[in-house]
Amino acid sequence: MTALINVENLLKTMCDQLKGELQARSVEQPALIGIRTGGVWLADYLHKALALEEPFGELDISFYRDDFSRMGLNPRVRPSHLPFETEDRHIILVDDVIMSGRTIRAAMNEIFDYGRPASIILVTLLDLGARELPIQPDIVGQSLQLQRHQRVKLLGPDPLRVELRERRENT
Amino acid sequence: MSTSPASDRHIQLNPFGQLRHFLSIDGLDRNLLTEILDTADSFIEVGERSIKKVPLLRGRTVVNLFFEASTRTRSTFELAAKRLSADVLNLDISTSATSKGESLSDTLLNLEAMASDMFVVRHAQSGAPHFIAQSVTPGVAIINAGDGRHAHPTQAMLDMLTIRQHKGRFEGLVVAIVGDILHSRVARSQVRALLTLGAEEVRIVGPNTLLPRDAETLGVKIHNDMRSGLRDADVVIMLRLQRERMEGALLPSEREFYRQYGLTTEKLAYARPDAIVMHPGPINRGVEIESAVADGPQSVILNQVTNGIAVRMAVMSMAMSGQLAERQAAAETQASK
Repeated sequence: MTALINVENLLKTMCDQLKGELQARSVEQPALIGIRTGGVWLADYLHKALALEEPFGELDISFYRDDFSRMGLNPRVRPSHLPFETEDRHIILVDDVIMSGRTIRAAMNEIFDYGRPASIILVTLLDLGARELPIQPDIVGQSLQLQRHQRVKLLGPDPLRVELRERRENT
Repeated sequence: MSTSPASDRHIQLNPFGQLRHFLSIDGLDRNLLTEILDTADSFIEVGERSIKKVPLLRGRTVVNLFFEASTRTRSTFELAAKRLSADVLNLDISTSATSKGESLSDTLLNLEAMASDMFVVRHAQSGAPHFIAQSVTPGVAIINAGDGRHAHPTQAMLDMLTIRQHKGRFEGLVVAIVGDILHSRVARSQVRALLTLGAEEVRIVGPNTLLPRDAETLGVKIHNDMRSGLRDADVVIMLRLQRERMEGALLPSEREFYRQYGLTTEKLAYARPDAIVMHPGPINRGVEIESAVADGPQSVILNQVTNGIAVRMAVMSMAMSGQLAERQAAAETQASK
């Protein structure tokens, strides 16, 4: 199934949709933010495709996860880096995969700690459904239905490709 | 209180090798110390935001248990806990319960009854935080904020973070620690951290009366002279000279100490031109360091203070994380029975 996912083609389509969305909302200078790690690779692509001059931001949501009491702290946390003010800006938030919606909830909380944005457009490459929070992406590359034991992962950055992983049942 | 590297490792790490108490640098390996520094780097970024707070320890209670007064260390621990969104209780025990005759164990039982999740402990007696870590209810993290002459591990780690920021590495570095090494818990922790992280050479510099007798066993080189001690050093760490040492006849006089070991512009010139100057504070101008050096371009003393908050946020969140992982594993074992 993943052999059928052509990331490059999906990104081209998403980019066109995103341009349409920005136009419809009359957003002229959006600020782009990718969520580590996959979202940053995609943001890098969109940054070039949209010919944005301002550098894009990178978000590490480890400090904002809601499963700290169960999963603990990510030992490989790296600093977030937003090279612009978020106050009153129109933000494009990019991640590779959306499922429960909890990552996006954490990312939005983090963004608000930098300032109050004017709006946020959510862009994800893959939508796996199975949402646990009322959060929906505005632009989606492709929706996928996975079996319970399956997981997908975006590999990259060059080339960007999607890998399907079989997970052992008893975990 | 006996503490060996093996037992230090055992008490500080959970069965998964994650930090659960932070009592000493002893027994912690290079990977774990590097993980503390990397995590602290991320917290430095948080300190630059308009809202300098993350929700990691929301709903947790941190008790600052200071049996020995220290405004600066207590303030940075308090700020670190607050930036992690914890509730903080500051207890100055030297003026409180123990003076009413309550034992340490009873004080702790009372604090545990308030559902505390972490104790930050400073105590004049070496090994007190170890003792508390051994007797406390499972799930509560203990952080050592300085015990007797034994250890001050968060100070050592904020110094390591400062060195890494300015030098980018530990390999190949020559570090000179100058002053009263004998009474310094900071120096002991610094030496361990530097050697674990791979510094090339660690020197201790001072008069014999202020150097520990077991100095050779620490893996450091001993110098009684600033010229040889500072030669080609990349990092010069000055320690605070405590006035009571003068009265204890360990030193001839303040002026004589300054003449021989005080860090002046002239003596700093023995070190490499790009050497950085550090001091755990509070500094005694004109006793161990000249104002021109303390405020000069090579001084990173104020960076150390900023880094102190980030390092304390890192060890607090990592220790809480290690405790929670252990609680979680215990709950799962219980459930599967």
